[in-house]
Amino acid sequence: MATTEFAVHGAEHGAVREPVVNDFSIQVATVNGSGSQSANNILLRTVFQMGVPVSGKNMFPSNIAGLPTWYTIRASKDGYIARKKEIDFLIAMNPETGKEDVLALAPGAVALYDEPLKLSELRTDLTFYAVPYDKITAAVCPEAKLRKLVRNMVYVGVVAKLLGLDMAEVEKALRKQFATKVKAAELNWNAAKAGYEYAETSLTKADPFKIERMNENAGKIIIDGNSAAAMGSMFAGVTVVTWYPITPSSSLVESLIEYMKEYRVGSDGKATFAIVQAEDELAAIGMVLGAGWAGARSMTATAGPGISLMAEFAGLGYYVELPGVIWDVQRVGPSTGLPTRTAQGDITFVAKLSHGDTKHVMLLPSSPGECFTMAGEAFDLAEQLQTPIFVMSDLDLGMNNWMADPFEYPDKPMKRGKILTSEQLGEAGSFFRYKDVDGDAIPYRTLPGTDHPNAAWFARGSGHNERGQYSERPDDYANNMDRLARKFETARTMVPRPEPVRNEGNEIGIVAYGTSHHALVETLDQLQNEYGVKADYLRLRAYPFTRETHDFIAAHKRLYIVDQNRDGQMHELLKLDVAVPEIAKLRSVRHYNGLPIDARSITDEIISQEGK
Amino acid sequence: MATTTAPPPQPKTNRIGLTVLDYRGGKTTLCAGCGHNAISERILDAFYEMGIEPERVIKMSGIGCSSKTPAYFMSRSHSFNSVHGRMPSVTTGAVLANAKMIAIGVSGDGDSASIGIGQFVHLMRRNLPMVYIIEDNGVYGLTKGQFSATADLGSKLKTGVINDLPPIDTCALAIMMGATFVGRSFSGDKKQLQTMLKAALSHRGTVMLDVISPCVTFNDHEGSTKSYKFMIDHEEPVHDLNFVPHFNEINVDYDPGTTTNVTMHDGSSLRLHKLEKDYDPCNKTEAIRRIMESHKADEVLTGVLYIDTKAPSFVDMINMTDEPLATLPESVTRPSREALAACMEELR
Repeated sequence: MATTEFAVHGAEHGAVREPVVNDFSIQVATVNGSGSQSANNILLRTVFQMGVPVSGKNMFPSNIAGLPTWYTIRASKDGYIARKKEIDFLIAMNPETGKEDVLALAPGAVALYDEPLKLSELRTDLTFYAVPYDKITAAVCPEAKLRKLVRNMVYVGVVAKLLGLDMAEVEKALRKQFATKVKAAELNWNAAKAGYEYAETSLTKADPFKIERMNENAGKIIIDGNSAAAMGSMFAGVTVVTWYPITPSSSLVESLIEYMKEYRVGSDGKATFAIVQAEDELAAIGMVLGAGWAGARSMTATAGPGISLMAEFAGLGYYVELPGVIWDVQRVGPSTGLPTRTAQGDITFVAKLSHGDTKHVMLLPSSPGECFTMAGEAFDLAEQLQTPIFVMSDLDLGMNNWMADPFEYPDKPMKRGKILTSEQLGEAGSFFRYKDVDGDAIPYRTLPGTDHPNAAWFARGSGHNERGQYSERPDDYANNMDRLARKFETARTMVPRPEPVRNEGNEIGIVAYGTSHHALVETLDQLQNEYGVKADYLRLRAYPFTRETHDFIAAHKRLYIVDQNRDGQMHELLKLDVAVPEIAKLRSVRHYNGLPIDARSITDEIISQEGK
Repeated sequence: MATTTAPPPQPKTNRIGLTVLDYRGGKTTLCAGCGHNAISERILDAFYEMGIEPERVIKMSGIGCSSKTPAYFMSRSHSFNSVHGRMPSVTTGAVLANAKMIAIGVSGDGDSASIGIGQFVHLMRRNLPMVYIIEDNGVYGLTKGQFSATADLGSKLKTGVINDLPPIDTCALAIMMGATFVGRSFSGDKKQLQTMLKAALSHRGTVMLDVISPCVTFNDHEGSTKSYKFMIDHEEPVHDLNFVPHFNEINVDYDPGTTTNVTMHDGSSLRLHKLEKDYDPCNKTEAIRRIMESHKADEVLTGVLYIDTKAPSFVDMINMTDEPLATLPESVTRPSREALAACMEELR
């Protein structure tokens, strides 16, 4: 199984080649469970520390050990951090996939391989470097059983020499990686140095790829979206967290547990939070809603299969009007699909999750920075709107490492919504749980424990009147349903506005969301530089769509809606939301092979639909 | 000479000055004679007699006839009629959010032993502080009389259908899973049920009470093992219960040879006067063995079948701050600017 797709580009073997500086991709092909993640992180960090914009994408199997895994590092002087289709520099460590990986490379690429694999016999149009990893590893690691883990660090050293990475930066990254394991750090550092020395003495540089220092990353951090979401939730004051382990969302709660232990335990040793590993996702969301009902900021994190199980409660949360935040770190489904590959596959499902007439608010983060801020916005919206809020991340965003600007401290007060105190109840005299008092269709609620005889209300589904009393009267039901629909219109005015990345009156408008953004930025340049096509671009940040989205659609002749799913799910939702004459303007660009979307695929598709 | 009129009789109040009317709920919509109505009465009485403020109580339920009943007692308490079989999770969330609330959950045999058995066993396993009542009638009422998973082997429906699958004994299951106060009673046994409920409100941990509550419409006929008649003939109490609440004077006058005294979490005293001389409600293995035996003997064993007042509850294990999480101020739930700076520094 090759994850690289064939693409022909420039350089022919043997021709004089211009150096390619800070603009290429490295792919490490290994076996999962071999400890290569540390080595790959160190490579990524080294490039980052040298000030060169960089991104890393892990393509791993649903398996603990022994199956192929690929890690792609892209260095880009132009700041493009989406996946790049073409692989320029292959580090072939996996005997199972070595042949296929090498055959998939474009002419002119580099293959650095484990000597016994004899991969250089396969092609004549690549630059090959052979490294005897076992021999080098044995020399620096006397303990045989540790060699498997240290072996990968040898390629870090070899690559450092071949690409011109600063070994001081490698050492810094390595010591950070093994910060708590001094012995392991020493052993790994020796392996990296041995690799470097081998390359220095035994390999002759014959490829054009090179990393040179830049100054693009000053002050930046490296973080995955899940950790950012966790941190954002902690600073947003989350108190009840529930979860059921599921890739790719598990690390969100696992990071949260670590952060909360560090920053949310009082000096008396008592926690200002509760985190529960539930028996399943049914229970996870049930706990979230129970906690929300009782007044806590509560959340859970899951992926598609968990969302399926949450459907019933999502509807109840909508009808009872309870706050709660649900992170859907989307992946390809079902569980026996490609559970470790990325997708934006749950968009239409979540928009209407549950039986009956339901509509849900979705937030659409595209970066770790937005995972951090939207974590807080999600809680504010959930409590203000009294409804479950879904944050639609994905595996690419959640589990991969991204460069990011440091997060800003959220200094605005939390918005806790319309909650009546016992004093207010005393003044009001009566309390109608489901009455639209303010004209925004958002009713007032009271929390259990409010010390007033009129405080209590009976939480149940849609069968109630404005007082919250049991009712099956047709007019009560219709009245409530209409108010809920109006509340969704209120939500439209409160959710995060879309970002007009470019809006300069061009004919073509592109609409994208989530991780597609990073490919889109590059696509805009490709369209302009390669085809002379200038397009505008609006990045959605939430559903329901706001005024700005409708204006953007109205202002363009042709619109391309970019989705990372087969059915063009956001395209479908937009078609339902715009005026009939606008529907014909909406075209769909879809990417759904399990890999993060890349700019080239979008560019090619748009150009093809443009008839160019 | 001025005439004096006798003051109007003061209504009787409990220790916090509330009358029994302050604990009443809406009018029941269940069938006349339904066991569930009697249980609602006992619950109401128990809260009244224990002098618990209704505003400190949350009433939780799933779906089914039983789950409608929280509407019929204590209207001054917040209540949550959730989804079928999922009351445990909603209650868990609510109790974690505000551990000062007293949670009572009302479920049924379909809600607990079938669709909700996953959440049921995990609730027991966590020992969440709450009183969980199964109003057990062996049939689905709202869907008109299908067997539930607690129906006994050989039990007969009105239509003549015989149950051929073994019942799930929710008490044995609850004991095995970790509940720390497990009892079985009968809606028609006023004294036992009420005593058990008062003791339940003094316990810290999961109380699971399986209360046989005949369905007069679908399962109260000849051939049913959950009928009033069957219960009157087959109920086998393991002890007589006596409860002395913590706010009354607790004397030590009992015979340890015939009576087991259990001091509850709040200081109340539960006296179990042995009817079966070897029954030890503190012995898990023996309790399950005796329940299993009772099945063979066609007995419905009632009483506090198992109790452990020492095991830590889920809330204790989490070691949360004393103030409810729900109302913690921002100054406590949002770490400082310096904390964020430290997080950022680690990622550079």
